[in-house]
Amino acid sequence: MSFIEVRDLVFVYNPDTEDSSEALHGVNMNIEKGEFVALLGHNGCGKSTLAKIFNGMYTPTKGSVTVDGIPTDSEEHQIEIRRRVGLVQQNPDNQLVAGVVEEDVAFGPENLGVEPEEIRRRVDNALKAVGMYEYREHAPHKLSGGQKQRIAIAGIIAMETGCIVLDEPTAMLDPRGREEVMSTIKRLNKEQGITIILITHYMDEAVQADRVIVMDDGNILTEGNPREVFADVELLKKHRLDVPQATELAYKLKKEGIDLGDVPMNTAECISLIEKLISAK
Amino acid sequence: MLSDITLGQYFPAKSFIHRMDPRLKICLTVYFIVLVFSSKNFLNIGLVYAVILGAMAASKVPAKIYIKSLKPILFIVAFTSILNLFYGTGEPLVQFWVLKITLNGILNALLIAVRIIALIFVSSVLTFTTSPTQLTDALERLLKPLAKIRVPVHEFAMMMTIALRFVPTLLEETDKIMSAQKARGADMESGGIVQRIKALIPVLIPLFVSAFRRAFDLATAMESRCYTGGYGRTKMKTLKISKADVITMIFCAVFLAGFIALNIVLPKVVR
Amino acid sequence: MAIIETKDLSFVYGVGTPFEMKAVNNVNIKIEEGEFLGIIGHTGSGKSTLIQMLNGLIRPSSGQVLLSGEDIWKNPKEIRKVRFKVGMVFQYPEYQLFEETVIKDVCFGPKNMGLSDAEALEKAKEALRFTGLKESLWEKSPFELSGGEKRRAAIAGVIAMDPDVLILDEPAAGLDPMGRDDLLEQILRYHKVRKNTILLVSHSMEDIGKVADRVLVMNKGNATYLENTKDVFAKGKELREMGLKIPQITHIMQKLKLMGLDVDEGTLKVEDALTQLIPILKTYSKKGGTD
Repeated sequence: MSFIEVRDLVFVYNPDTEDSSEALHGVNMNIEKGEFVALLGHNGCGKSTLAKIFNGMYTPTKGSVTVDGIPTDSEEHQIEIRRRVGLVQQNPDNQLVAGVVEEDVAFGPENLGVEPEEIRRRVDNALKAVGMYEYREHAPHKLSGGQKQRIAIAGIIAMETGCIVLDEPTAMLDPRGREEVMSTIKRLNKEQGITIILITHYMDEAVQADRVIVMDDGNILTEGNPREVFADVELLKKHRLDVPQATELAYKLKKEGIDLGDVPMNTAECISLIEKLISAK
Repeated sequence: MLSDITLGQYFPAKSFIHRMDPRLKICLTVYFIVLVFSSKNFLNIGLVYAVILGAMAASKVPAKIYIKSLKPILFIVAFTSILNLFYGTGEPLVQFWVLKITLNGILNALLIAVRIIALIFVSSVLTFTTSPTQLTDALERLLKPLAKIRVPVHEFAMMMTIALRFVPTLLEETDKIMSAQKARGADMESGGIVQRIKALIPVLIPLFVSAFRRAFDLATAMESRCYTGGYGRTKMKTLKISKADVITMIFCAVFLAGFIALNIVLPKVVR
Repeated sequence: MAIIETKDLSFVYGVGTPFEMKAVNNVNIKIEEGEFLGIIGHTGSGKSTLIQMLNGLIRPSSGQVLLSGEDIWKNPKEIRKVRFKVGMVFQYPEYQLFEETVIKDVCFGPKNMGLSDAEALEKAKEALRFTGLKESLWEKSPFELSGGEKRRAAIAGVIAMDPDVLILDEPAAGLDPMGRDDLLEQILRYHKVRKNTILLVSHSMEDIGKVADRVLVMNKGNATYLENTKDVFAKGKELREMGLKIPQITHIMQKLKLMGLDVDEGTLKVEDALTQLIPILKTYSKKGGTD
């Protein structure tokens, strides 16, 4: 059994009213423990709705979602679900509760009724894991966006959920902040085996995942490992998703009859592919 | 700028006052406020000042910042002192028209000023050395008995925590929105009162909208971090009375005894 | 003639406090009339302080800002007039929307300029058309719009003042790639029709490479470079040292040049790279095919 199982999931906002709108039309997916999955798609494709379903914030209108075997559709299971799946949102300013970094990180474990000494240990470890231990006594509003997002991540790690859903965590950050957040989540996935579900509209971030699921208009458009998915530049372009210039260049060269042999995911790959072509004569 | 206000801010440092139990600090703040207002002569208030200034020095917060905290209330100090200046009894030193200044009046005015300043200093020591969360946490615990008679103490403390956390964020946002509207030609610096209030609408509406948006996000964040109210919650930072706290308490008790003795022995300078 | 010129422009934050910091340091730049200028520099480089001085929202600590040759602070009471000539779109401008309807909100700027209701309405409609916001949305409450639509409405609010210089601080921040590309194209089209001066602040080097004629590089409060886009991005090494990147395509072409290929190291667009690379690589791939 997979960690998260989604079966024929339909979700309708404001059902039985005039403004009702269906955001997901029968989605199926599995997410395994320890996986790093990227959900890609532009605004309004249903990816953020899915994030809130994963941690029981919304319940399915039709179909089912189970987390670690527990169905998400009843109120009584909500706490159990949220002990297993944590959520990091887009706006770094709006999700920190306390006025001191370490007290914010302690908020989750405190809600779970963890013993004080154990909370201290978890908070210290979580802050070290995101590289923010030196800032433990700072006020969040004086930190950069990237630092605030790392604290939000630490707040989830301290709950020991084992899975973090990040809903466009870098959309409001500058390039440096984006890099900080990306390297933090990759490290947590590799070193601590934490399941990561990254919702993003940047392809260069999705490329770093084990698996990519592309969403469009409430349906899954395609999925697979990044190389398979991004090889189909035509499809991505058609759905107006972001394609890095390196990938676009290789794709357009191929169209002109110059096959580099592979699809580059970044500049370094693109350069080495062209180098190979030249040296092969 | 709006961010210049120091009153009520926290200044992290490693001092004995910072480490003191926040519950004790709140109690001592009340204790000193009572002492300041029951000081009837200058020797008494001088003694209280000595302790307050000692605490300020021990807090390791720069003196400059304490002085800055007086700025917003300087007007109140001046106003009440001047009022008191003319309400003295006894032989007038100077008299013009119906206004007369007596020695008693001068002393009264001086005492009032000194008392208000002491009040600000005492509360500044508390807020400068105690983080907002510690403060609300201590208040929550001190008021816990009230929860028995259904006073929502936890909810109140949580509201305080969140309000304190978001004050700087919203101040920053106000600055930003004001700049944005000024860039669209909004005139906020001139005109009469009605015009000025009208000019605030383009700032206040976006501010409210954004506060609601933030509240919505925060509620989601709190819920997804398993917040279900005060029941069953633990705290990372447990409050313990340390040896230093006990010594402080003994010192304050002895000080109180001396203070009362002085108050009885010495005649009242002013009444 | 330069439309904006700065002379020894400086700004110091928190004078006399321990936090004193020079945000902008002796900047001397000339911005030409009708150009599209990109401004890059990472967070804290002084670029937002600089742009706010250009339209009189921040008063310089020292130095001057000349607009068409005149010091904007010559008469401080008239500073609002400067803000009508130098329009400024802040980051996340949708947070400034406040009126009941989109059209009323867009009229706010023109009305502050003292235009009559009819004139303001005319300007507002024109501006909304420039940003490509559908007419069916004009009478709606701005709070009912989607994120991208709100952004367009807010930008229209500044364009409606018909400024000679338009400054945009990261206008596409937080939008998805589709919304970003659309918005950038609208701005470019507006620039072509209106022929005014545009200053665009962005973290996306690819976007700057696509649209800017010249680029201003800010680093630690200094205006380090102000040159043609090509020439700025040809300084890959220097920019990297400042923590800045160059467009991916420029980076690729620079590496290929080092490998000995005859390509332009200031290439800014994928299309331009293709026209150079196709003839060169065709020879190689044919050889590879026949071998």
